[in-house]
Formats: sequence, C-alpha cells, structure tokens
Amino acid sequence: MIKKILILLFILISFNANALIEVDITRGNLNPLPLAVSPLSIDEESRKSFKKILKKENIGSEISNIVEKNLRTSGLFNPLDKKAFLQAPDIANLKPRFEDWNLIKAQALITGKVNYVEDKLRVEFRLWDVLAAKEMMALAFTTVPNNWRRVGHIISDKVYERLTGEKGYFDTRIIYVSEEGPKTQRIKKLAIMDQDGANNKFLTLGNELVLTPRFNPTSQMVTYLSYFKNMPRVYLLDIETGTQEVVGDFPGMTFAPRFSPDGKKIIMSFAKDGKSDIYTMDLENRIVEKITNHPSIDTSPSYSPDGKYITFNSDRSGYQQIYVMKKDGSDVKRISFGNGLYGTPVWSPRGDLIAFTKLHKGKFYIGVMRTDGSGERLLTENYYQEAPSWSPNGRVLIFYRETKTNSKGEGFSAKLWSIDLTGYNERQIKTPTDASDPSWSSLLSN
Amino acid sequence: MRLDKILKNTLLVLTACLVLSACATKKEVATDIKGQMQGDVYTGTDTVEYLAEGVPDRVFFATNESILTTASRETLRAQAGWLRKNPNINVVLEGHADERGTREYNLALGERRANAAKDYLMTYGISSDRITVLSYGKERPVDSGSNPLAWSKNRRSVTVKAN
Repeated sequence: MIKKILILLFILISFNANALIEVDITRGNLNPLPLAVSPLSIDEESRKSFKKILKKENIGSEISNIVEKNLRTSGLFNPLDKKAFLQAPDIANLKPRFEDWNLIKAQALITGKVNYVEDKLRVEFRLWDVLAAKEMMALAFTTVPNNWRRVGHIISDKVYERLTGEKGYFDTRIIYVSEEGPKTQRIKKLAIMDQDGANNKFLTLGNELVLTPRFNPTSQMVTYLSYFKNMPRVYLLDIETGTQEVVGDFPGMTFAPRFSPDGKKIIMSFAKDGKSDIYTMDLENRIVEKITNHPSIDTSPSYSPDGKYITFNSDRSGYQQIYVMKKDGSDVKRISFGNGLYGTPVWSPRGDLIAFTKLHKGKFYIGVMRTDGSGERLLTENYYQEAPSWSPNGRVLIFYRETKTNSKGEGFSAKLWSIDLTGYNERQIKTPTDASDPSWSSLLSN
Repeated sequence: MRLDKILKNTLLVLTACLVLSACATKKEVATDIKGQMQGDVYTGTDTVEYLAEGVPDRVFFATNESILTTASRETLRAQAGWLRKNPNINVVLEGHADERGTREYNLALGERRANAAKDYLMTYGISSDRITVLSYGKERPVDSGSNPLAWSKNRRSVTVKAN
C-alpha cells in the first residue's frame, strides 16, 4: 500500500548553481514566499475517465489544491490567487511566460499535467524559478488513481525540499485518540488520518479506553495503551492486518510505550507497588530488560535517533523533571532546571533538541531545549496542552490542547494543534471528533 | 527498602505538617469553599459513596502527592474493619489524578496513590491477595469542573467491590 507509488521518471534539470530562491526555515517566517500553483492541466478524455473512477470533476485541479493547501499551511509559502493567473495551465507547463508570472509577484511557479494511461494516473510537474526564468525540477509519477491525494502530498514534499533544502512532511499520517462523550466518561478510539486531516479512519471501536498510540519507524505498526479487560497494558497493533497483541507479560500496568529508532524494541514504563520503572522489550526474542531502578516514578521514555540515549521523565528529585541516560540506564543526568514541572520529553528526529511539556504557575507550555538542557525555548502557552510529537523533518510539533470548563463543568474540548519550531504558525488540525495524543508518522514515500 | 519507604513517608508527613502550619492564612481562604477543602485536600462528602454504614469508599490527596491524611487513614481503617468482617469480598483500589498533569505521569501517580491506600489496608491485616490496584490517571474524573475544588475531588483512591 505504502510503496504503491512508482516513480517512473526522475528528470532533474537543476544543476544551475545560480538558482535564486532559497527559503530559510530556521527563523519565524513572516514573509512567506509568494508562489503560483497553476492547476495541473488535463485533456478532456483523461478528465472524463478520472471523473468516472474518482467522482471528481477535474482531478488536475484537485491535486493542485492539495499542493496549494500544504504549502500554505507550512507557513513558508504564500500561494497566490488563481484568478490573477494570466497564462493557461497547459501552455504554462510547456513554457511559462515568466514576465506574466513576475507581474503577479510570483517568485516560483508550479505547473504540470495529468493523464489517464492504461487505468493509471500519470502526473508530471515542474517547478520554475520565475526571476531566474529557469526550470528548477521536473518529475513524473504513475500510480493507481486512488492514490491521487498522495501524489499531491509527494509533489508538495518535493517542492518543499527543493526550496528549503530539507525534507518535507506532507506525505505522512497522524495516529491519535478520538474522544467523544462527557468528560467524566470519555469514549476513546484509536484513529488515523493523513497529515492534512483527510482519510480519517477509526482503528478501534471504543469498547475500552485507549491512550498514547505511537508509530514504529516504518509507520506500519503502532504501540499504545489499552484498558482491555480493565487491565492497562501496552499493546502492539499492525495497521494493515489489524492484529493486536499484548507486549510482554508484566504483573501490572505497563504504559508510556514508544519504539526504538530501529523499530526492534518497545520502551515503556511498568508500575508496581507505587513505583514506575522503565523497561524495554525486544520484539524478536521477547527479552525484557529493566533500564531504570528507582523508588520514584520514571516514565515517558524516548530514544535519541541514534538509539544511544534515552530521555525520560522522573520525580526522583521530588517533582517531575527531565533526565537523559545511556541506553543501558547508566549515566543518568537531570537536564531540566527551570521553574516549574517538566514532562513528556521527546527527542527530535534531527537529534539536537528535546521537546517537552512544562507546567508553571497554572499554565502549560510546549517547549524545546538542547539535549544537555540548555537553550530552553517555550513555543506556546495555554490552559492545558501536552504531548508534543515531531514532524519527520523535525521542523513542526503536533500536540493536543484541552479547554477549561465553565462553572457548570460544561464546554470541555480536546483538539490537535501544530506549531513550528520557530514558535510561529500555530494551527488547529481539524478532526471529526475531539482528539488527543497525536503521533506523527515518518515520510511514507521514502 | 521497606524501612526506606517508612522513613520517606514519615518525612513527608512531617513536611506536610510544616506546610500546613506555615500556611494558616492560606488554609482559611481555602476553607471558604464551603469548608470542603483543607489545604488542597478535599474534605467534603459530595462524591463519597459508602461500602457499608460508616465506611466511606474513597480517600483524597493533595496535588502531586500520595500521602494519606489523618482523615484518609480513618477511612481506610473503617474499610479494613469492613473487609475483615467480610472475608469473601475482594476489592479494586482505583487511583486517580486531576487534569492538571501530563497523561503518562498521572497514570503512574494514580497507581502510587492506590498503592498508598493498599499498603495501609495491609498494615491493618488485609491480605494483598484480596486487593487489586488499577490506575486511571486523569481519565475518569468525577467532577468535570476546571477549578481547585473539582480537582481536589478527582485526586482520589476509590475502593470498589470486585465480587
């Protein structure tokens, strides 16, 4: 399913060193790059064929709408209004009249076309540097028609990568907990959706409480906490087949699971007699190892991307703080020393930062610090928010936020939000129900 | 290890006493909420149910704490008496936290609170075989309010008949 997209052609004509466009994503971008996403052109016969299969009037426009929306929500690009476009899509794809695009202040232009070829969807697209009047990249994909949304996401990723120099995060999915019902008796289900909220699907029925789902590195498996038979245990779920199994045989509650970066182990907490320690279980040989051994609460473990270190949450100092240790549990160091309580540390996929939740003076913050605890930066403050999860390129964090209820206890809601590492571009991600505990997948297409 | 725990508990109780005496003025403010809180521990009867006459089903905790208050100990002694009189009854101790904490830490905290209650029942002769501990973290509040009184009702360990 994931590997269904065949990249048939890969023409890259961009070794011209004087390409002018460069988007800096390390700063808050208050002047997003103006660019034009010309609708992908489509011949009448192909249009009719796809209309029959996909029930979409014009699949070319639909795909470019996805590209446009992705680039806009990244906060780095400002897709211009199509009404201002002077050149027809099919001609623009052959040879853009750069002075026309320059006139509407577009610095980059995306063109392309869609064909129906032997029951398949063939899409080609080109990225143009308007000021330099040059083609920056050209790519073509052939895939099954149902994958049309993913084609839009892959184009977005390629454009993002070409213009920022870093991998994109659009061809990805989010797994999260869907929530419904009164606050005192929430019904929770595992749910999965595309990064942009499309293709939402529920993975459990809501018969038992489920919490904290997390993807494995290939995004095909999920580990999560389920209260099946009123026994809170860590489970493993294969998304494709739906098979589930309990992880390990612990005489008590296991929780806070995550995969190791190679996907071979699950790291989690096991609570017994009022203490919680961190354990790993190897998924191949089932060997369980105890990593921490302390009378305190040790939880929320997360590996560094090279697998050599683990960051975790402990109250061994008296209150919740963030610690880092070697993967065998040795060399434990506290890294959070600011005011307040710190929880939910998550190591960035780039390796240089740890994202966390901080509680200080009745407010909750999502923040980041370097892995030695220096350079703490708080990105957003709210009544309640927690559980950041990194985009695969380490540039965006997704988390959930809950609202305060009124004096009658009404008005509760839980929603997913994202924010850039820069602290800018805070956005709600729409979900069909209330939502919490998001986990971002890896890029699906490489 | 065992001694460790006792020493730690004694220390914590001592600290708690100090805190209480130090915040006499604060305490007065808190008791304004219709006398339902002492410090930030719930002392009301609003949500309390009874396992038998004179045997309340739950005990309450201060923020981030799992220390049993004097009132909690009294409640648990009553529960221990009731369990001794009814040797066929087993119980589940359900530990809970308020909404002002991260989910995973709260799961551990709920477990710690329920275990504090379990340890106390055991010192009054109740076998651990009859007690199961189950933490709900912040997942099952009894009061959906977003205020200190509601949170104090939610920081609890509830003894539930298992059979």
